[in-house]
Amino acid sequence: MTPVRLALALLASATLAAPALAQDGTLKKIKDSGTITIGHRDASIPFSYYDDKQQPVGYAMDLCHRIVDAVRANLKMPKIDTKYQLVTSANRIPLMANGTIDLECGSTTNNLDRQKQVWFTITHFVTANRYVAKKSANLRTLEDLKGKTVVSTAGTTNIKQITELNAQKNLGLSILSANGHPESFLMVETGRAAAFVMDDILLYSLVATSKAPGDYAISADALSVEPYGIMVRRDDVAFKKVVDAAMVNTYKSGAINGIYNKWFLSPVPPKGINLNVPMGAAFKKVVANPTDSGDPAAYK
Amino acid sequence: MKYNWNWGILFELEPGGSAVYLNYLLVGLGWTLTVALAAWIIALVLGALIGTLRTAPNRWLSRLCTAYVELFRNIPLLVQMFLWYFVLPELLPRAQGDWIKQLPPPWGSCLPAVLCLALYTSVRVAEQVRAGIQSLPRGQMMAGTAMGLTLPQTYRTVVLPMTFRIILPPLTSEFLNCIKNSSVALTIGVMELTARARAMQEFSFQVFEAFTAATLIYLLTNILVVFAMRVVERKVRVPGYISAGGAPQAGH
Repeated sequence: MTPVRLALALLASATLAAPALAQDGTLKKIKDSGTITIGHRDASIPFSYYDDKQQPVGYAMDLCHRIVDAVRANLKMPKIDTKYQLVTSANRIPLMANGTIDLECGSTTNNLDRQKQVWFTITHFVTANRYVAKKSANLRTLEDLKGKTVVSTAGTTNIKQITELNAQKNLGLSILSANGHPESFLMVETGRAAAFVMDDILLYSLVATSKAPGDYAISADALSVEPYGIMVRRDDVAFKKVVDAAMVNTYKSGAINGIYNKWFLSPVPPKGINLNVPMGAAFKKVVANPTDSGDPAAYK
Repeated sequence: MKYNWNWGILFELEPGGSAVYLNYLLVGLGWTLTVALAAWIIALVLGALIGTLRTAPNRWLSRLCTAYVELFRNIPLLVQMFLWYFVLPELLPRAQGDWIKQLPPPWGSCLPAVLCLALYTSVRVAEQVRAGIQSLPRGQMMAGTAMGLTLPQTYRTVVLPMTFRIILPPLTSEFLNCIKNSSVALTIGVMELTARARAMQEFSFQVFEAFTAATLIYLLTNILVVFAMRVVERKVRVPGYISAGGAPQAGH
């Protein structure tokens, strides 16, 4: 029995000893250390990803650089070192909680459940849950999917929604889950699934970078609204205020238009593909009236 | 650390609405055990056969088995999963390939996972069996021949019964590996324990609670397996030959 007890004791102490670090606010931490750490993604095109020189770039990264400038001005520091830390969907919360990263710049959906754990600044993109299918299958609406096999990426809000809709509307779908977006898309490509349910902006970039972009169509029906936000630590009122002000300034000054056009209406690295996604009505509303709401109803 | 602990999350309803999160994880454990057990049974049979044939006096047969072992143990399990799931249906004739792709979930991903894990584990079992056979004193084989037993009879009645007793402890390890390796099946869409822990943290953002729960479930399951195997070891031991827990005294 001893090894068992030992293992349990180790586990217990590991979980209990944890809440001790980073009690002070993020602003103080940045002031003391002279550095700010940005969490970024590896393949969330065009929000946050590695370009051909293995540098983290993207729409959310450009917004974060403006936030860093605002923090520097607020702290009256001549310069702040910016560090980059790759995060995944599995480690972004622990790294934010233990103080490794100060901002998470990617494509994370802001919702009320998640706000129990982290805070989000002003929404930087509004996407919708749609599906992609082969053009030859001629699928456009939710009803068209009746009785078909569909795929979504495991652990996303999207797979959760299609599961709920399937039950509510008696669609008789067979729902597969894949490990990552490329695998999900591969399932449609190889004919294992008729459609891939995901945030439409991610579908656009998957189609644009696929072998035959002309073969795929994205559904007309939107299943839900998903606001994306940059994550900051929960309960850090002072830091969030500075970050929010920087975002509002970006929107009000019109700087957002240039940044948006650079990533959504022009060719982007690494392959020089133009996603060609004009600003949607929902996001235009956010730019006019900035909000950090995690409630989809606020974006209708 | 600025983390909002909420152990109560385990007793909150998961978003699909089917059950509380703890139950959701336990259903995952069910799939983990289903995949691992099915794979283990196939692996034991195949492994025993291949391992035995590697020690057989037929050179071509043993070379063939060596090739099989080297093939399956030198490719990462993750890569093998992808090959079985994504590549195999494309290599088959169109009709068979489509049939595999259209298997209803969860079988479409569970069957390749079981097959993949079974073959991967079988070569590890085969190596244990070969090592076990070769650790026996040569006299046992000779004694079998001297008594007029044929080669298969010698293997079946003399060599293999001793071999399996000797390799029972490392086989227990292999079974535990098989249970843990089944988590790789999440990459092809099997919603087993690890996959469900990941989904739980994504839905609720309570990442530490999700993975701690999964860790404890794995630990408890594996400890139960260890205890069960200890009992088996004690039951089947040959008195005076192998003492349970001690080193096998197989030499002269």
